[in-house]
Amino acid sequence: MAEEVKLFRTWSSPFPLRIVWALKLKGIEYETILEDLQNKSSLLLQYNPVHKKVPVLLHNGKPILESLVILEYIEETWKQHPLLPEDPFEKATARFWARFNDEELLPSIWNASTKQGKEQEEAIVQVEENLKYVEEELKGNVFFGGETIGYLDLAFGWLANLVSVLEEVTGLSLTASGKFPLLSAWMQNFSDAPVIKECWPPRDKLIIRYQAMIEKYTAVAAPK
Amino acid sequence: MADEVILLNFCPSVFGMRIRIALAEKGIEYEYREEDLKNKSPLLLKMNPVHKKIPVLIHNGKPVCESLIAVEYIDEVWKEKAPILPSDPYQRAQARFWADYVDKKVYAAARNVWATKGEEQEAAKKEFIEILKVLEGELGDKPYFGGETFGLTDISLIGYYCWFYAYETFGNFSIESECPKLIAWAKRCMEKESVSKSLADPHTVYDFVLGVKKRLGLE
Repeated sequence: MAEEVKLFRTWSSPFPLRIVWALKLKGIEYETILEDLQNKSSLLLQYNPVHKKVPVLLHNGKPILESLVILEYIEETWKQHPLLPEDPFEKATARFWARFNDEELLPSIWNASTKQGKEQEEAIVQVEENLKYVEEELKGNVFFGGETIGYLDLAFGWLANLVSVLEEVTGLSLTASGKFPLLSAWMQNFSDAPVIKECWPPRDKLIIRYQAMIEKYTAVAAPK
Repeated sequence: MADEVILLNFCPSVFGMRIRIALAEKGIEYEYREEDLKNKSPLLLKMNPVHKKIPVLIHNGKPVCESLIAVEYIDEVWKEKAPILPSDPYQRAQARFWADYVDKKVYAAARNVWATKGEEQEAAKKEFIEILKVLEGELGDKPYFGGETFGLTDISLIGYYCWFYAYETFGNFSIESECPKLIAWAKRCMEKESVSKSLADPHTVYDFVLGVKKRLGLE
């Protein structure tokens, strides 16, 4: 039976981008269904009634949700170009850092970008602490996966283009400061990898989008 | 070489209970160390420098942090007995999705139930029950979340059952009257020795929460 693989995503969101990368690295053909989160399709709501979010991977009609869960599903279903290490301890370590990205690093960078005054200063300190951990986790390798791109590179991948977008929009210097040379080198290597490079959303559109998002958040938070 | 397994834990922690259940399911012998969270051991700080939290599973000197990650690790290392995750990738994805849902939703909602008062508490109770009803809906008429066998999603949620007495007492409501199927599921899980031996006593949990409320001035 021919495989039918569909991916519900938006043009800009970093979470579905992880899935695009994984599918491309494994050479899996799929159909993209672009969503407008201000006007979600009935299909999206049908397949993800709990969270109503992208990404949703549809494999032969069955939905899989949550980007890190989807990455594991893809890994277990299509065995070529493995993304996760085989050793259980190394696997657990990769999963730990992916979770760290989603629960600590990403929110801290968002906070640093959207908060003001003392709250922003504290957020920036947190970001630097978090980035230090990420830099150490590279352990001098080219990629988090070692010689080749793996699961953890895909989890951290959003850093490689969105951080510079946020820095341009906010004027902050997070990785551009040069404080994290290994991480900066990884961002360049990751960005330049052919499968990754061809998928980046257009930078000028991203700048406009994040400018608007940050203005909206800071306007809401600003004291009246 | 014999495996050396240590669990750094704090008795009332629902997260620690997950690891205890997984270890018990697999029949793994381990050393249990209770941490004083006001005076964390050097071992805890060394093994979990990023979060400095329990639980931490230490296997032959190497730490695995984050309870669901540790449960999957246990399943992968001791794979001959009592599988915690199914073998089918789609079923595995479902189990992981719902365990993730429990992690994202239950803790924060439950905390609001015992940590707030008045109107805030009423809203918190409503939200908490809604989340439990979503889970109850997913359970349906199955004996366990994964179907016939006890698995990851069950393990992710069951620890909260020993906290229900505290929620109900502080919130002045009955979870069973709202979610009878979920309570039936919980009681079914409690018939398993791995669960009944791993959950804390509800009165111990109640006293612990009372202590936290007093310390935080939340009475």
